[in-house]
Amino acid sequence: MTSRTAAYRQVDKPDSEVVRFGVDDPLRLDCGVDLAPLTVAYQTYGTLNAERSNAILACHALTGDQHVANRHPVTGKPGWWDLMVGPGKPIDTNRFFVICANVLGSCMGTTGPSSIDPATGQAYGLNFPVVTIRDMVRAQAKLIDHLGIETLFCVAGGSMGGMQVLQWAASYPDRVFSAIPIATAARHSSQNIAFHEVGRQAVMADPDWRGGRYLIEGTRPSKGLAVARMAAHITYLSEEALHRKFGRNLQDRETVTFGFDADFQIESYLRHQGMTFVDRFDANSYLYLTRAMDYFDLAADYGGTLANAFRDSRTRFCVVSFTSDWLFPTEGNRQVVHALNAAGARVSFVEIETDRGHDAFLLDEPEMFAAIRGFLESAARARGLAAPVAVP
Amino acid sequence: MTEHTDPGQQQTKRVDLLLVAEMIAPGSRVLDVGCGDGTLLRILENRYGIDGRGIELSQRGVNECVAKGLAVVQGDADHDLDDYPDNGFDYVILSQTVQATRNPRVVLGHLLRIGRRAIVSFPNFGHWRMRWQLLFEGRMPVTEHLPMSWYDTPNIHFCTIRDFVSLVHDLEARIERTIALDSRGRRLPDNASLSRLNIFGEQAIFLLRRGGEAD
Repeated sequence: MTSRTAAYRQVDKPDSEVVRFGVDDPLRLDCGVDLAPLTVAYQTYGTLNAERSNAILACHALTGDQHVANRHPVTGKPGWWDLMVGPGKPIDTNRFFVICANVLGSCMGTTGPSSIDPATGQAYGLNFPVVTIRDMVRAQAKLIDHLGIETLFCVAGGSMGGMQVLQWAASYPDRVFSAIPIATAARHSSQNIAFHEVGRQAVMADPDWRGGRYLIEGTRPSKGLAVARMAAHITYLSEEALHRKFGRNLQDRETVTFGFDADFQIESYLRHQGMTFVDRFDANSYLYLTRAMDYFDLAADYGGTLANAFRDSRTRFCVVSFTSDWLFPTEGNRQVVHALNAAGARVSFVEIETDRGHDAFLLDEPEMFAAIRGFLESAARARGLAAPVAVP
Repeated sequence: MTEHTDPGQQQTKRVDLLLVAEMIAPGSRVLDVGCGDGTLLRILENRYGIDGRGIELSQRGVNECVAKGLAVVQGDADHDLDDYPDNGFDYVILSQTVQATRNPRVVLGHLLRIGRRAIVSFPNFGHWRMRWQLLFEGRMPVTEHLPMSWYDTPNIHFCTIRDFVSLVHDLEARIERTIALDSRGRRLPDNASLSRLNIFGEQAIFLLRRGGEAD
């Protein structure tokens, strides 16, 4: 119960920096609603240089948050991209100023469905407007404006974060010097929408969801959210990785029980994933964020031709995919590369050989680190950024 | 695309790359198709200040290039040139790769569409040693520059210098420069006849441009 309380304290009082935009400064959303007031919670690492030219925006994935490289205030675990971001890491905080904001619609301090609706004084619940990836990026742009940064040296992220990277490059081409979309696509596939729908139905089928009013009615749809997480978690891994890690091994027993306990290790692993997830994440946020990914279709916003989204772009791109990612397969990443080529953009593309599936972008993948390090090094030279100061 | 890993080839290969590099005006936009580990792109970017891109078939080569900071994507000449817009580059380079493509005529057409100029280098199958091996030994030639046996070579469309010239004419393109290197990597004289180039040239480098276009 204590961790649950801690999680919900993060909604309005996050353990990070926040910037608040008042009712006089609303965010115009794709659905037509003007959202105000708006709070954006974020973390920064490293130092912004005098020219304000070394800022990197890290964009988190569906259930991520702003704690990219520091201990998570609820779980106590390292930041979600701790391997990538930090002193001497590929995104080197000795050299770059790294910003990570909690996305619009989430539950770690940026305004979302569990925030208080000023009109009612209660949590928004389903009264929160449906948001899109482009809305998330608009909210991030307000933060970047607030920080006084004209051009981001780089925008980087995987999965839903990669969608934000692509949207940034399309919406603000002059404000993005370089971009690293990882394990992503320019639109969400029908298979992925299908998986999301399973998750949402699991949440909404939980009697404690109460039509999205669970915070007001004092319940929590934990079972539904846990099931949603279990289903999604499978899609983040790969058959090979699951087989290697669990096979058909039994959990703390010699034989099967002829019942529905978690006989297999994989079952108990998924149950654990589901249970810990509900301690740090809000069920309605899960609905809104999965919806935002479902709606993402960048080409549709540009007359059906993805290349038009990047026309005349001077941004330098590095697209990264993974061989065993079946949620965002290489093919979808390659379509982005084809569009960038057709637009004459400067693009690199690496496919990393790994059996760890979609989640590989969060894991120790030396080839990915080498590619991103090399790409950023070359972009930094082009941007005239000095080499990092040696750390004793 | 062929990978050049035989260390014995290195010195001659450098000559080939440097000659390609010398054909390119500084500051140009260049696409290197089949760029391998990015050696040529690196020379061009560092010494000539060009804006370079690459396509490479082997993932290992691509990853090496990207780690070096080069803009390189995984792909091949047969499938991925479609995506590139007309006149997107000042030069498109196809170095030691045309013989490994499935449809050299289509590929060459793309090169001339995408680039204002195309630079194509290839091993000349008309070289006297090739003729010698086929004529007197009755076997598919194996040489220093084409070291693989017929059953394990990625090269599927060998041609001679004369064949290539004929294809260029078919495509109504113009040859601006021809350089041939002998088996020791020395340049044959620029004024040598086509027959002489075709017998004594072990590698050839052509600078091409579309027909009917003024400078």
